[in-house]
Amino acid sequence: MDTPRLSMRSIQKRFGGVKALTDGNLTLRSGEVHALCGGNGAGKSTILSILMGFYKPDSGVIEIDGEAKSFNSAHEALEAGIAIVQQELSGVPQLTVAENIYLGSEPRRRGFIDFDTLNRNAEELLNRLGFDIDPRATLGDLAVATQQLVEIAKALSHSNANILIFDEPTSALGEKDTQRLFEVIRELAANGKAIAYVTHRLQEVFTIANAYTVFKDGETVIEGKVEGLTREMLIESMIGGSLGTEFVKDNVPAPATLFEVKNLTRAPYFRDVSFQLHGNEILGIYGLVGSGRSELLDTLYGLEIADSGDVQIEGRPLTPGDVDGAIRSGIAYVTEDRARSGLVLKASVGANLALSNLRFINSFGMVQERKERECVDLAIRQMHIRTPGPEEIVSNLSGGNQQKVVLGRCMAVGPKVLLLDEPTRGVDVGAKKDIYRLISEFTVGGGAALMISSDLEEIIGMCDRILVLRSGEIVEEFKHEATTQKDLMMAAI
Amino acid sequence: MTSPTLSVKRISFQKYGIIIAFLALCALVSAICQIKVMQGVWPVNVFLTVNNLMLILHQISVNGILAVGMTFVVISAGIDLSVGSVLAFSGMMAASFATRSTGVTPWSGVYFVAFPLLAALFTGALCGLVNGLIVSRFRIQPFIATLGMLLAARGLTMAVTGGNPISALSPEFRWFGTGRIFDTLPVPVVFLAIVFALAWVLLNKTVFGRYVYAVGGNEKSARTSGVNTTSVLTWTYIFAGFLSGVAGIILTAKTGSAQTSAGTSYELDAIAAVVIGGASLAGGVGRLTGTFFGALIIGVMNNGLDILGVESFYQSIIKGALIVLAVIIDSRRQA
Repeated sequence: MDTPRLSMRSIQKRFGGVKALTDGNLTLRSGEVHALCGGNGAGKSTILSILMGFYKPDSGVIEIDGEAKSFNSAHEALEAGIAIVQQELSGVPQLTVAENIYLGSEPRRRGFIDFDTLNRNAEELLNRLGFDIDPRATLGDLAVATQQLVEIAKALSHSNANILIFDEPTSALGEKDTQRLFEVIRELAANGKAIAYVTHRLQEVFTIANAYTVFKDGETVIEGKVEGLTREMLIESMIGGSLGTEFVKDNVPAPATLFEVKNLTRAPYFRDVSFQLHGNEILGIYGLVGSGRSELLDTLYGLEIADSGDVQIEGRPLTPGDVDGAIRSGIAYVTEDRARSGLVLKASVGANLALSNLRFINSFGMVQERKERECVDLAIRQMHIRTPGPEEIVSNLSGGNQQKVVLGRCMAVGPKVLLLDEPTRGVDVGAKKDIYRLISEFTVGGGAALMISSDLEEIIGMCDRILVLRSGEIVEEFKHEATTQKDLMMAAI
Repeated sequence: MTSPTLSVKRISFQKYGIIIAFLALCALVSAICQIKVMQGVWPVNVFLTVNNLMLILHQISVNGILAVGMTFVVISAGIDLSVGSVLAFSGMMAASFATRSTGVTPWSGVYFVAFPLLAALFTGALCGLVNGLIVSRFRIQPFIATLGMLLAARGLTMAVTGGNPISALSPEFRWFGTGRIFDTLPVPVVFLAIVFALAWVLLNKTVFGRYVYAVGGNEKSARTSGVNTTSVLTWTYIFAGFLSGVAGIILTAKTGSAQTSAGTSYELDAIAAVVIGGASLAGGVGRLTGTFFGALIIGVMNNGLDILGVESFYQSIIKGALIVLAVIIDSRRQA
């Protein structure tokens, strides 16, 4: 067999205590479109970030055309012929198409940008790719799909780019643009480029790719040719054998309804969502990114206002858009991204833990400091937060302990309903188990939890019932006993 | 993770670093003065006298009060450029009630004290309310919102009297700038102390104070934690405006007239005091004790350089260098 264009072998990478990649392997050949599959946190983005030079691997080998390489920066990776088409639109909306394509490598004449050459080069490139885009148009004025095509042109503007990475390029595109993009990708492959294609849409694997690699829990579990592969085989390898995470689940759901959502709609995120949450119950919501799951929780908590529909706790309706009212009625919310919307990172552990509870422990606006201290100490003990003390700044803690601080802040107000959005994201195994134990204890004690998770094993292991959300609608409901990971994924995709 | 002993050391240095810097500056100025005494140039060390120290406190009272409001705003991740103009506008409103030239004397004492005070405080708070609503409701950057108020309030100050100053203020009103309690403590210094004490309680002991830190540290997280961020931000600017009103009363009473140009560029000294005091313009970090010593450092420097006969343009250069230096040291220490 010929030498592959790219070979990455036994790549390992840890972030603090979290192993993001334990055995990552990826082989790309010229003329091949290679699909990278796997759930969130499986290791796809980590191995690509290493390839792009964003991170240095702890160990492992990277070879390009049989020659060992190591990249210290994104620039070095680019020099070696690796270019990426970003998932998120990363262009500068105020600049023109041509200026965006050649950002940082503009043709110059006597120190000034040579706009004639710039526009001519861009026009030639766009024509060659068959993109009907005016190089002089301002990027921000173009449709999102067109902007995505500009991103592709930008990646291809580096003449020596032989390895191209497409990170979910179709997520913002419609059917017609997707077909156009596929044509471009096939053409590029036919011209000898090696292409890595990341997608969550399994159908695309069969449409565009000829080879595939599946990642799970930081490891490459299988590589092969798409020819002869079936959808079922692919899903099964993505689910794989269980790692045997220990779940803690002692709750038994009560028959009484504690929390009810009726015909809730917020366009364009979700439509006509209805469900009941019983006492002592853990209800799961499974859905892909973009299915409207986080937007649903935001709305239940009052951060956003629904177009129509009702939310009731213990039979009483909640006022839309009233976070304070939601907290007072007994709702707490652990958001998806703790750094962005869960914690005040530069404040102390104690200040964060007490923040939601201050509304209850004050007299005429003065903080009752004794109660505050008790609340903080209790939370640190209950949540097993490993910190030198309540004065420690939260950003100095590990990811797992930071997540426990978010949970601790939520639990401090004594909620009845806990909304959890990816409660164990970016958390190590030990802290995961602590979080499962806390959720279990909370529901045994009479509370109810509504939990979003992309981790199939986790959602089946922890939840009594699971609702599947697809494109903003609840499409199926599964019972805990009768669910397989395959069923869930089939329903969600 | 850092070991406990190490983190205690680090925290205590952060806490007392500003005090050490202040004492070092005092020692330096005092030493230079002492040299002059030993050389026989001066009969006594004029810096190290009770009178001079009281004078420094007197001199920093207006800036100190403005800096208190600025501390809240900066902790909330904002900035208030309008404090100097709002000071002038409030002072002008106070003076318009405190001057005998109006000829109205219904209940002399009350009229010449209560009305000017209420007018200034109300004017200041109202300007703050406008700032706060623009920042919190319309989501306009604080720099822009308060830059608008800086210009508008200055214009209003001139509009009140058609560009003329107001003088001939009542002695009752002037007491707030020139009076002494027990014949020793200047009233502005007492006001400075009261403002700092009350503001310290507000920032450190109340729910509002905690919310100001939370909103400045991460507005989104504060909102998810149930903090009404709109209201917290609005009240922060109202408080800063209110204190500009207090400072307006004191400055007007001190000078004995309300000038249309009063308080010009005072916002810069207030920001300087807050930043030297260790607050971060990125928000979420800052202490009133730091601000107090920041204001003192500026005061001692102005006073010391005056005593030593340094020309004012050199004073400005030294002050500019000091502010940047303070922030460099602070960012190095945190890194």
